[in-house]
Amino acid sequence: MILRALCLILLPLLLVAGTARAQDPSLAEIAAKFATAEKFDQTEALVRELGATGDPAVRPLLEALGEGRLQARKSDGAVYIVEGSGKNAKLLDPLTGEEVPDASASGLKKVKVNNGLRRVIRDTLSSLTLGAKNPQARLSAASNMLANPDPAMVEALDAAIAAEEDPAVKQRMQEARAAAVLQSDLPDAEKIAAVEVLGSVGDRNVLSLLAAVEAKSEGDLRRAAERASNNIRSVLAAWDAAQNIWFGISLGSVLLLAAIGLAITFGVMGVINMAHGEMVMLGAYTTFVVQGAVQSIAPNLQDWSLAFALPIAFVVAGAVGIAIERGIIRFLYGRPLETLLATWGVSLVLQQAVRTIFGPTNREVANPSWMSASFEIGQMAITWNRLWIVVFSLAVFALLLFIFNRTSWGLHMRAVTQNRRMAASMGIRTPWVDAFTFGLGSGVAGIAGVALSQIGNVSPNLGQGYIIDSFMVVVFGGVGNLWGTLLGAFSLGIANKFLEPYAGAVLGKIVVLVLIILFIQKRPRGLFALKGRAVEA
Amino acid sequence: MKLTSRASGLLMGATIIAGMMSAGQSFAAEDTIKVGILHSLSGTMAISETTLKDAMLMLIEEQNKKGGLLGKKLEAVVVDPASDWPLFAEKARELISVNGVDAVFGCWTSVSRKSVLPVFEELNSLLFYPVQYEGEESQRNVFYTGAAPNQQAIPAVDYLMNEEGVERWVLAGTDYVYPQTTNKILKAYLVSKGVAEEDIMINYTPFGHSDWQTIVTDIKNFGSAGKKTAVVSTINGDANVPFYKELANQGIKAEDIPVVAFSVGEEELAGIDTGPLVGHLAAWNYFQSVESEANAAFIETWHAYTGNDKRVTNDPMEAHYIGFNMWVKAVEKAGTTDADAVIDAIVGVSVPNLSGGYSTMMPNHHITKPVLIGEIQDDGQFEVVWETPGLVVGDEWSDFLPDSKDLIADWRAPLSCGNFNVATGKCGGKGIN
Repeated sequence: MILRALCLILLPLLLVAGTARAQDPSLAEIAAKFATAEKFDQTEALVRELGATGDPAVRPLLEALGEGRLQARKSDGAVYIVEGSGKNAKLLDPLTGEEVPDASASGLKKVKVNNGLRRVIRDTLSSLTLGAKNPQARLSAASNMLANPDPAMVEALDAAIAAEEDPAVKQRMQEARAAAVLQSDLPDAEKIAAVEVLGSVGDRNVLSLLAAVEAKSEGDLRRAAERASNNIRSVLAAWDAAQNIWFGISLGSVLLLAAIGLAITFGVMGVINMAHGEMVMLGAYTTFVVQGAVQSIAPNLQDWSLAFALPIAFVVAGAVGIAIERGIIRFLYGRPLETLLATWGVSLVLQQAVRTIFGPTNREVANPSWMSASFEIGQMAITWNRLWIVVFSLAVFALLLFIFNRTSWGLHMRAVTQNRRMAASMGIRTPWVDAFTFGLGSGVAGIAGVALSQIGNVSPNLGQGYIIDSFMVVVFGGVGNLWGTLLGAFSLGIANKFLEPYAGAVLGKIVVLVLIILFIQKRPRGLFALKGRAVEA
Repeated sequence: MKLTSRASGLLMGATIIAGMMSAGQSFAAEDTIKVGILHSLSGTMAISETTLKDAMLMLIEEQNKKGGLLGKKLEAVVVDPASDWPLFAEKARELISVNGVDAVFGCWTSVSRKSVLPVFEELNSLLFYPVQYEGEESQRNVFYTGAAPNQQAIPAVDYLMNEEGVERWVLAGTDYVYPQTTNKILKAYLVSKGVAEEDIMINYTPFGHSDWQTIVTDIKNFGSAGKKTAVVSTINGDANVPFYKELANQGIKAEDIPVVAFSVGEEELAGIDTGPLVGHLAAWNYFQSVESEANAAFIETWHAYTGNDKRVTNDPMEAHYIGFNMWVKAVEKAGTTDADAVIDAIVGVSVPNLSGGYSTMMPNHHITKPVLIGEIQDDGQFEVVWETPGLVVGDEWSDFLPDSKDLIADWRAPLSCGNFNVATGKCGGKGIN
């Protein structure tokens, strides 16, 4: 509060006078005190002291402190910003940001920060950056003030709004001011205007602000707040539905990826492959290995390591798949129970093999920068990794559909699975078609593993989590039909996500399972049943 | 036909090999004291338990370097219960009656512990259980060296309430006995502190849950009601990685909605890029980053033993360190490894813990520990931001549950009871389990 009050006095001055350039020696003195601050509240007092100077020169120091890059030495009170790590670490002067050439790194210790301190730093920074040169910085400062409104900032915001030229930033500042006004003791008329401004923002933070106003006010203000919050509620309800659909599509795409390889081996070939999940796991571990290799050979290609991992994962998982088919499954065609047991055994062997080679603990597969974070459409947050996985799963589906329907290999596959003896009489080498079809299914599972390593664990148990869901999707969608798998995956995903908010994750899953069982009773062949003589009785 | 019989022969061979691998490494040798290690080396829990097996082997090796125990060498007997709860009971029986071990160090999940309890009671042997758990239990043959709820959950909630000013709570957990019981205790505690029911959201997810989008969005929405919100996570095992990834991707920062976890340690963070998670919290009784001489020595020995200086240490490893040393001291005190003698001797035994103090075995078979709150750092380690001023005594029967608040455990004569009801003066009360 004191800080805010000080800012309130200082900020207009700064905005009018332009940014103060003076390298006040007292700043360096305050900065040096970080070396002796023992407790969080001492560090916090220093941050407030720095903020109270209102000098933008303290920004790099505060940013570094918040990110844990500020280091200090107790013995001589030296304070540096550390950039980089290990041998390449550079020591920068905390105020000028220039490298200190002959600074010694020995005895330097990180200045500790905790959450409370990080919040203070963030608020301090946002009040310092309201007048920053970079519009992005001003925007984020205003956004932070909108999320954490403080009545003491009304006048500072007024000054900032008057000086602002960028319309988007100005808008956000006005919203932040409105939020601050609602928390202040200003007259009702002013608050009603603020409610009007906020009514158009329509996110949850604003809703809770308006609800608070509604609860403690009367007359016109109460009615205005009521109207605005009702509007926001109805808008949010629509966004919630949209969000649920998106989550459902996203879950569906994961199911699709996991199941589509199975749609080939189980759906088309009729092999109950319990080791399917382990092919996904192999793909994920391949990603881990490839990422490690890229890291050591060409670190600047790190963001593209997934692109290298895709073909390699396909080959690795495909090769293992062919080996399994040639080594075990081909002796067991037409004996589903034994196939089930044998492939289950294979899955255990593969799991334990991976556990022995890579160890039982999770392996870290990093998200490339273009798959991290999220963006917002209205009131809906979409994470990039989920979006890319949706795109990727559809691409894989399209590719498989093309292979099946438009290539001669696909024709052979369909011929063999529909009528083996007839196909053999036509000169198709059925054993090799079997092997390669199985390899294709496994390879696709492998590339699914590359994608799934981006959203989940990479551990020896990775495959087990997906195997049940995969079978569910294939059976539900209709055995032997890729379109069925697509539709099955997305409808299960969306159904799951619509049930989850009401029934909870545990019960939601159970309900979906029960629904599928009932559905299969009614339509034993799933959504899209194959018809005609091709179907084995 | 010929071909298929060959294939099934192959399978059978594989089964036999697998059987031999898990049969353990007991070498019959005279004049050794045998120590059983009952941790899953395969299946879902292998991720956590394999490390504990290694830690135990290291501790036993170190003890042998110091001359063994009672003039005899210690010999480890390792079995693999394969994350299969009934198999825990079978393997425990095998360790005690076939291999003749004098003490067993093992189990991770509460359900595996519950499954072996009757075996240890029947065969009168000793189990040292190293993991934080839900409490509501005290058994004569079991020593609980992990945290009881009052040594982990309650102090963590206190920290959030007092230091971070949290008023709204999300209790998120995996759907099984430990999170359910802990959340019951926490909810009762929060309500007793004046938190309104509508400010508490409880959410359960299945084991290995991987799609966190809806729940993380719910948490975000729950947290935007104008009151400071925190998540208390009893999410266990594999589900944590996608949970934290989703948190990071949806941009939930620790400054806004901190998550305090009771089942996430250094080992679990090894699979995550912790950069976006800086500031989220965990409550334990030990962190690898704790600065003490004992800890530095322990980490050095661990790195030398595993031949890998990247291997992290964690809280359950410290619990085994404490438990093993307590057992050694109690055996030395009793002059025998006989279970009854050790049970009598071990109460009151005090050994150094790794955070620079001493832990003592209490009459309720729980130990005294400091409670530390740590924030996740970008190198996957924790930085201690708060700790209890003194040691906390493990409280087996929670004071916040109506069913168990009158119960105490004291295994010393003459009381010798794990569930004594102070209100009725009778042994044999029942908690909520």
